[in-house]
Amino acid sequence: MKRLITRERLPILATSIVCLGLYLLSGFNFEGFFSLRVAFNFLTDNAFLGIIAVGLTFVILTGGIDLSVGAMVGLSGILVAFLVDSKHWNPIAAMAIALGCGAVLGLMHGYLIAKFELAPFLVTLAGLFLCRGLALWISKASIQIKDPLMTDMASFHVGLPGGASLSLSSILFIAVLLIAIYASRQTTFGRAVFAIGGGKQSAVLMGLRVPQTLILVYMLSGVCSALGGIVFAIYTSSGNAIGGTGMELDAIAAVVVGGTLLSGGYGSILGTFLGVLILAIIQTAITFQGTLSSWWTKIAIGTLLLIFMLMQRGIVKATERTTA
Amino acid sequence: MAIPLIVLAAILLFDLFFTPGFFSLEIRDGRLYGSLIDVVNRAAPVMLLSVGMTLVIATGGVDLSVGAVMAIVGATSACLIAKPSGSILSGIPVGTSIPAIIAVSLGVALICGLFNGVLVSFFSFQPIVATLLLMVAGRGLAQLLTDGQIIIFTNPGFASMGSGAWFGIPIPIWLAVGMFGLMGLLSRRTNLGLFVEAVGSNPVASQLSGINARTIKLAVYAICGICAGIAGLIGTADIKAADANNAGLYLELDAILAVAIGGTSMAGGRFTLAGSLIGALLMQTLATTIFARGITPEATLVLKALIVVGVCLFQSPRFQARFQHRQAGAQG
Amino acid sequence: MVALDQVDFTVQPGEVHALMGENGAGKSTLIKVMTGVYPADKGSIRLAGQEICPTSPSDATRLGISTVYQEVNLAPNLSVAENICLGREPKGWSGIRWREVRKRADQALARLSVSIDTGRALGSYSVAIQQMAAIARALDVQAKVLVLDEPTSSLDAAEVQQLFEAINRLKAEGMGIVFVTHFLDQVYAISDWMTILRNGRKVAEGATKDITRTDLVKHMIGREMSSDEAHPKAPESSALQSPPLLTAQSLNRKGAITNLDVSIGAGEVLGLAGLLGSGRSESVRLFFGCDRLDSGKLEVDGKGVHGWSSSDAIRAGFGYCPEDRKTSGIVPELSVRENIVLVLQSRRGWLRSIPRKRQADLAQRMVAQLNIATTDIEKPVQFLSGGNQQKALLARWLLTEPRLLLLDEPTRGIDVGAKQEIMNLVEDLRGKGMSFVFVSSELAEVVRTCRKVAVLRDRRMVETLTGSEITEERIMATIAEVSH
Repeated sequence: MKRLITRERLPILATSIVCLGLYLLSGFNFEGFFSLRVAFNFLTDNAFLGIIAVGLTFVILTGGIDLSVGAMVGLSGILVAFLVDSKHWNPIAAMAIALGCGAVLGLMHGYLIAKFELAPFLVTLAGLFLCRGLALWISKASIQIKDPLMTDMASFHVGLPGGASLSLSSILFIAVLLIAIYASRQTTFGRAVFAIGGGKQSAVLMGLRVPQTLILVYMLSGVCSALGGIVFAIYTSSGNAIGGTGMELDAIAAVVVGGTLLSGGYGSILGTFLGVLILAIIQTAITFQGTLSSWWTKIAIGTLLLIFMLMQRGIVKATERTTA
Repeated sequence: MAIPLIVLAAILLFDLFFTPGFFSLEIRDGRLYGSLIDVVNRAAPVMLLSVGMTLVIATGGVDLSVGAVMAIVGATSACLIAKPSGSILSGIPVGTSIPAIIAVSLGVALICGLFNGVLVSFFSFQPIVATLLLMVAGRGLAQLLTDGQIIIFTNPGFASMGSGAWFGIPIPIWLAVGMFGLMGLLSRRTNLGLFVEAVGSNPVASQLSGINARTIKLAVYAICGICAGIAGLIGTADIKAADANNAGLYLELDAILAVAIGGTSMAGGRFTLAGSLIGALLMQTLATTIFARGITPEATLVLKALIVVGVCLFQSPRFQARFQHRQAGAQG
Repeated sequence: MVALDQVDFTVQPGEVHALMGENGAGKSTLIKVMTGVYPADKGSIRLAGQEICPTSPSDATRLGISTVYQEVNLAPNLSVAENICLGREPKGWSGIRWREVRKRADQALARLSVSIDTGRALGSYSVAIQQMAAIARALDVQAKVLVLDEPTSSLDAAEVQQLFEAINRLKAEGMGIVFVTHFLDQVYAISDWMTILRNGRKVAEGATKDITRTDLVKHMIGREMSSDEAHPKAPESSALQSPPLLTAQSLNRKGAITNLDVSIGAGEVLGLAGLLGSGRSESVRLFFGCDRLDSGKLEVDGKGVHGWSSSDAIRAGFGYCPEDRKTSGIVPELSVRENIVLVLQSRRGWLRSIPRKRQADLAQRMVAQLNIATTDIEKPVQFLSGGNQQKALLARWLLTEPRLLLLDEPTRGIDVGAKQEIMNLVEDLRGKGMSFVFVSSELAEVVRTCRKVAVLRDRRMVETLTGSEITEERIMATIAEVSH
């Protein structure tokens, strides 16, 4: 007889309850909140954050962290805008270059972390500097994107019944989400990520290819944040070197609220999706409310983060007690 | 400490030959002016942050929230001075007394530091995680205090903390050097330094020697909060405004970098406050030099990134092992 | 130092081969060489007649040598089934075939007659089950040799029985099993053959039934060379009549020690004798308040204490030199001076610092008194030799003039001269009224130093020997007795 509520499932259960609770609470308080259009806007307005958070989930599952994701959003956004608008490149080629940048940065992070055992937060902090520096070097001013293909992409959407529509960024987000769920559950790579988070030394002794996996994880995070930057640029129809400032924190918050343990090993992509939804609901609710200011979002996220971290602490302690 | 000092000297030497007027000093209105003074003055906030950060890193931790704490303290002080209508700080009866305003602001900084300290020492959170929390929520709190506005104020007395001078030397420099001196004394004349290093170097042995690691950690995060608070006051007084979004942005990175360059190991243990100070000066000198050469200042960011990776690589046992291995191979 | 010197070791198919020895005997080095963690300087490994050269644990696993460690090296966050198949999961068109993973795991566990829900996380099961999962993982790769490194350390009797049944089953299937343990009863219960190591050398080998318990204990901890120099017996101390400094009444802590009853008076040296893992170090840790008691009573100066912590112990005038000098003794980056004054400083609180000059004087005095070989008291203690580190550690406590000093293996891994000096120091201070708890694997040292010896076996106190009862023969016989 399988139990539905196990200790491993507790965090994601809590996340689901919080998500549903917030949604219902907002829905009963604000008129029109329950509409399909609002629900699909959760996706469109947070696609970039979601894509970044998915990549970051893998990193955090290994017990690491990537602080460079927000800066990468700025870099890839300004790079695409610059190449397309100032250099008149084909947008697809420009995007490929931006994704390549993300991969290379991730490769550097992963190499330093896996081969020299440097602290992930330090290495990726340096990555943050590097990206911001390069982005500002390209252009300090924000660049408007007027390329027809790019504007088409921004306005592209699949109409759905009920006045809702699925934008290109939401489609991308959902695609990334599905691929990530598959990778984390059904591939040796995904399982190795979890095993490393459970204990790096054990993972080595079990014969897993730990350094390769770590490098791949950071590359994945780099590519995801570059893609997030591209989506962000399409969404705002511009590239901005300081775009995505502080987004690393939102992404980390989404991952943790989604039930992924910051010490690694426990968590899920689906949880991160719920975490992004929670952030989106809070944001939308605050907009709907009208009188509350936008900074309440940050405070609410911070408080939620604290509650979840305390809860995780409790779970970890309880686990230690039973195995000791 | 020797290597950053040599690098600093090398940059200064470069400036001596290639940056005209870098070393010229002049006295106007009883205040010293010149690139050198400017470098130290601009480095003052990071110097202050790096003092607290050094102690935190020496215990094996890190404080990512110092930038956000600067913003909170800046917002607090600006609101206390300007008294914008509807501010939740209006209830605090400080009047126009500058010492009272400073005391309340630093009190807020202390609370922030203690919050971090409690999470790290009593709830055993990883330091990155614990301080990340305030890093996320801190700017929100600062905006809550300022109601999302940039609070501009005119108060010559308070503004002098940022732009005033004392015996010809800008006040931020006095404050940074003063804090450095105070912490230097506190860490070497009392047992604080010894305990911090013991806890950072071997927590288990320290525990068995009767050192209360919790109290020590709580204390260093509190000190780090206060340092960030003073830095926040300087920053606010300098621009005579509180900008919750941009005050102290990315300065936590600069502070960590200063500590790393100064020679304090990121893993904890032995620390050197003087080294961190030199690290902070080194970075500002570099930035000023780059700026004076007409190179885009964004290059500094890239350079900082390369430096932090380089320094950490040299500290890494793995890298050292590989390097020595190669040397041995070349010899044998 | 040579960790392992010309040791031949052979495991037959269908044999359980016990590898015995105290700490530093070379057991773990031998295992690590066999499983590819360390390369051997000289010699070779042959598996089923073929010479092999494993370069890493995973390489050894591939070749057919699997190891299960005491601290289970699996991922506690993943399911049992996944742990068994991790890295070699059966795959189909849609990736990992979880149903097959479960089936394979169930099969592997069935060979060990374990039936559990393999879908649950490994960490939610007891250590015993986790160990079974580790063995099952080894079976899943068709291991020819299975190395079990202290697998029973954290198991209770029923769990040990279950493990033994599994071992017997594998033995019947023709697998060669290397079994490392500290528990004598278990060795005789399960092994067919044994090899005894000491100081990196093989001291004995033979069929288990031919080696008596007493011989085994002798080989492991008996005197290395038969020297008949008579050790001066500690003179009768007059202080024995005074009320005991520390009394322990039926102390219990799960997985550490059961029913410990001892008392230590002023000027008395209490020895704790037993094999590694018998609960010696654990007892000392309880005395110093490092771990919480499950039950029992501790009395200091005749008064019962509750919630006894390390800082309470320090306040009561206790000192503690832990077994693991490097990880819990010295503060490696700090100087000799700072290491020596550390406890004195911590007792004074953080505000009242001892002036630098006085610190240097105190450190210098201890360096001279204990003959610590260092060029400079400002040298980081990590650069000193083991013996000198140990002396610096002793100096740290002696400076606080403790009433009771707990010494856990103070002479391990240090040179003969330093050993002698430390022994003499203990003798000297005892004469001045200081009390000691003395733990050592070298029985000769225990016999020479202690007037009262508590003998521990399998985490249980079995006997207290006093006065003339304290001889190596007697202690060894007590350790070797069959327990019921």
